[in-house]
Amino acid sequence: QSLCPQWPYCRKRCSYCNFNTYVVPAVDEAAVRDCLVREARTLLRLSQVHRWVHEGLMAGYGAHQCPLATPHPLPHSITSVFFGGGTPSLASPRTIAAVLDAVAGAAHLPARAEVTLEANPSSTDTSRLTGFRAAGVNRLSIGVQVRGALPPQPCSPLRPHGHPLPPQSLDDAELRLLGREHTAAEAREAVEAARGLFPGRTSIDLMFGLPGQSRDAWAQGLEAALGLCDDHISLYQLTLERGTALAAQVRGGTLPSPPQDLLADMYQTARAVLVAAGFRHYEISNFARKGALSNHNLSYWRADQYIGVGPGAHGRFVPQGEGSCSREARVQTLEPVAWMREVQSQGHGTRSRVVLSPLEQLEELLTLGLRTDEGVTHERWGQFSPQLSLQAVFGVPGEARALQEQGWLLLDGSGLRCTWAGLAVLDSLLPDLLCQLQRH
Amino acid sequence: MALAGRTAAWWALLRSPGPAAAPLLLWAGLPAAGGRCYSSHGKEKLDMSTYPVESIRNFSIIAHVDHGKSTLADRLLEITGTISKTDRNKQVLDKLQVERERGITVKAQSASLFYNHEGTNYLLNLIDTPGHVDFSYEVSRSLSACQGVILVVDANEGIQAQTVANFYLAFEAQLSIIPVINKIDLKNADPERVEKQIEKLFDIPTDECIRISAKQGTNVEKVLQKVIEKIPPPQCNTADPLKALVFDSTFDHYRGVVANVALFGGEIAKGNKIVSAYTKKRYEVSEVGILTPNEQPTHKLYAGQVGYLIAGMKEVTEAQIGDTLFLYKQPVEPLPGFKSAKPMVFAGMYPVDQTEYNNLKSALERLTLNDSSVTVHRDSSLALGAGWRLGFLGLLHMEVFNQRLEQEYNMSVILTAPTVPYKAVLSSAKLIKEYGKDEITIINPAQFPDKLSVSEYLEPTVLGTIVTPHEYIGKIIALCQGRRAVQKDMLYIDENRVMLKYLFPLNEIVLDFYDALKSLSSGYASFDYEDAGYQAADLIKMDILLNGNPVEELSTIIHNDKAHAAGKLLCERLKEAIPRQLFEIAIQAAVGKKIIARETLKAYRKNVVAKCYGGDITRRMKLLKRQAESKKLMRKIGNVEVPRDAFIRVLKRETDK
Repeated sequence: QSLCPQWPYCRKRCSYCNFNTYVVPAVDEAAVRDCLVREARTLLRLSQVHRWVHEGLMAGYGAHQCPLATPHPLPHSITSVFFGGGTPSLASPRTIAAVLDAVAGAAHLPARAEVTLEANPSSTDTSRLTGFRAAGVNRLSIGVQVRGALPPQPCSPLRPHGHPLPPQSLDDAELRLLGREHTAAEAREAVEAARGLFPGRTSIDLMFGLPGQSRDAWAQGLEAALGLCDDHISLYQLTLERGTALAAQVRGGTLPSPPQDLLADMYQTARAVLVAAGFRHYEISNFARKGALSNHNLSYWRADQYIGVGPGAHGRFVPQGEGSCSREARVQTLEPVAWMREVQSQGHGTRSRVVLSPLEQLEELLTLGLRTDEGVTHERWGQFSPQLSLQAVFGVPGEARALQEQGWLLLDGSGLRCTWAGLAVLDSLLPDLLCQLQRH
Repeated sequence: MALAGRTAAWWALLRSPGPAAAPLLLWAGLPAAGGRCYSSHGKEKLDMSTYPVESIRNFSIIAHVDHGKSTLADRLLEITGTISKTDRNKQVLDKLQVERERGITVKAQSASLFYNHEGTNYLLNLIDTPGHVDFSYEVSRSLSACQGVILVVDANEGIQAQTVANFYLAFEAQLSIIPVINKIDLKNADPERVEKQIEKLFDIPTDECIRISAKQGTNVEKVLQKVIEKIPPPQCNTADPLKALVFDSTFDHYRGVVANVALFGGEIAKGNKIVSAYTKKRYEVSEVGILTPNEQPTHKLYAGQVGYLIAGMKEVTEAQIGDTLFLYKQPVEPLPGFKSAKPMVFAGMYPVDQTEYNNLKSALERLTLNDSSVTVHRDSSLALGAGWRLGFLGLLHMEVFNQRLEQEYNMSVILTAPTVPYKAVLSSAKLIKEYGKDEITIINPAQFPDKLSVSEYLEPTVLGTIVTPHEYIGKIIALCQGRRAVQKDMLYIDENRVMLKYLFPLNEIVLDFYDALKSLSSGYASFDYEDAGYQAADLIKMDILLNGNPVEELSTIIHNDKAHAAGKLLCERLKEAIPRQLFEIAIQAAVGKKIIARETLKAYRKNVVAKCYGGDITRRMKLLKRQAESKKLMRKIGNVEVPRDAFIRVLKRETDK
């Protein structure tokens, strides 16, 4: 089980972002901290079976409760915590520490648990990072951005004749386009500082498909990033989300939208370059070497349980604390002030909870699991569907078999997964697979 | 109850402002909201004997589309007190939702008006007619019940193609013609010019034209007076045996067929036994009445009058339009009747999902009850399953019919590419034996016989009339030549307006000629056509292939000279209409085994959402499930998935760009 606390505030809104983020003049950090702590405690309690259930104190609640097939190791282990946002690196290390203390108090937080903080280069100087490390953070994910969009500036250090680029080629014009508030130099410094403090556990985010970005510029940017990065890279294609400043500019024609074939080229180029540099392409957008996979995200793609804490956080878990045995999709109240009010009055700000049917759970498992290179294993499938095996659903004549014959999918002794080519077109495979699943 | 309910429903429909959104049945059973509500229960029946033949006038309003026919009808209904005067009387006689939405009249309607002129009470029967060329057969049908017409011409636009066509229909039927120049309130109105056009083209003196504004009511009384003065009363006698012409019919779910009749002799009342001259079947009359425009029962109908009758006819085919009804054991010489409407455009219609076959079947049956001009043949295809081949009067008629299926019956269907009725003169003895004749009509491209077994193909032609401001002549002539048309006539109807006549192959105008003409003349040119027989033509069948598999919906019969251009265009449009897939798709146009055009739709190389963490998944699942659902509705050709509406979109768009 994992926990995802959300820090909803940013200093400035990026032009491409449609996340649930808020830019406010002053954050009452103590109040937000208290609420995060309180909600984490409430939800952790809810997500686990308590000793007193076994002791029979809830016997009166009736026989509808699920049989406890295996005795749970009590209290639950939280295997990873991921501080997301917003910009959680804007919170003080004290807040991070308080949440982690709450987790350790309400559940078992092993020393080797992965604790990741999403960070922004402008709020990650060495002293802050040291503070976060002291608070318990042991992995950092930094959103930097590399060169590629817009023509090179006259003073740009781009050298002709294919000379290797100096590592400082993170591009300021591009960062401005994206509305990021840090400069290229700051990003570089942040990564270097992070690597010093979290060696082998620093991830960087890269974005491609920016308006105006050329294939060559992307390849150069990628090389530059390789010179800078640690052992984990997340690679995102910029998606123009409705309601963002960037989408409005593209729609209005002031910025060009990159053609589909170019985006495909950029993606394939990146895969090839990163794999050649020793990275494992372990998920559609994620690459790691020396085993530095993100355990937190991996457990999400494996459809493990996770608890979302904070404004707008999503969760998927079985509220065993109230005797249920059904997995629920939960969303916390979006708006921070409203969320805080609810946490203060009732201990949590859960705005919606929907019980997921067995079919819906399998649909999610398939959609998420096939994003990884291991795919959906027989074992994992069996945990969600003990009666109907992966083989029984997809090993019979139908869409999945046709997709296997065409070379997009594999179903073998370990499970169902995408081929190298299939991974790049997963969204075209899923509707077919969902149709086949729904027939069972 | 049912009767009252239905009348109330009509009343509600008539009174509702704007398009009547609710289907008829929704209103059934609701109490009427007060006001005038006619029903056959509890209401004093009208005595029609007070209107002898001399005080009856039967007339139609004819006009080019949008020249104000329906507005004039609204005013006439108001002046005579037939409907109360409100701002909301807009196209009162257009009862179908589609008519109000599109501003066109599809179905002829009639209304009886009562009007006192110089101390005499007159009964004026107005028979409204459709305004689009596709429905011109309805016009001629309506005229057969009239002795005169009001010919409405827009004071701004002047004589248009349909004005000409309608004038000749009335003229040939030897009807009195009252020329009316409408919309004189408009800023650019030029009634003098229009009067001169009327004089030049129709030989009607300028001083006979009445200048009116139907919208504002200006001079509309004068029109009524002219109707009484100029149009002769019907020539018939109540003392003669009954002779009733069925000039229209509608189907009512509760009472069966409601036949619109014009009495050319005798009288008719409830309880009379009548016989159809066409079917020889006998019926007992259960109700007679007039339309005001709602049905209003009367004691009797007398010679010269126009109204409706209900006589236990269960199917519309029993009330054959053009049929003559007479009293049992008092046979009369039947009236000449009409040629039945001739379908000009055929298309296959199939349910999107074969499990919907029976629902669609019953919807079609019910809709054709009220639109007998649609011909229906059962058809089936390997690819599309069981369906029908329908014949329509034109493309607008096809669209209207399809729209009514959707609006009134909630049906969505697959329509194949429309085709005109071609003919083939067979040379193969085997085929002649098979068909039992040496000339066949082809209404389905799938039945197109091979060149080797045919001595000649024939295509239908029409004589088209175009009226246009002269500055567009060059462009229009080029357009017509591009459509393989041959010029037959060209005449200046005034200093700057020209009337052109061309012989067109029907298939060249059926799809988009009208749109093309309108767009190159900024909307000023008008068009009408009439049947002109068949001519020999070099025809071929063109198939569209997706990765080698034919798309049945898009097979067309086409002139050899046009195949290349049409094939290329279709391929290009399909490329835009079909979404990219996991494999490359070859889109080809083929004649026999020969590929004449090709486009390639490249495969997806990447199609995946990059970022997928916590928050995204719910939204993401919704989208994926929607995609999975729509996949089930896709039409599969080989392994290519095509959205259901792709073919219609491909066919619909203008070709002349």
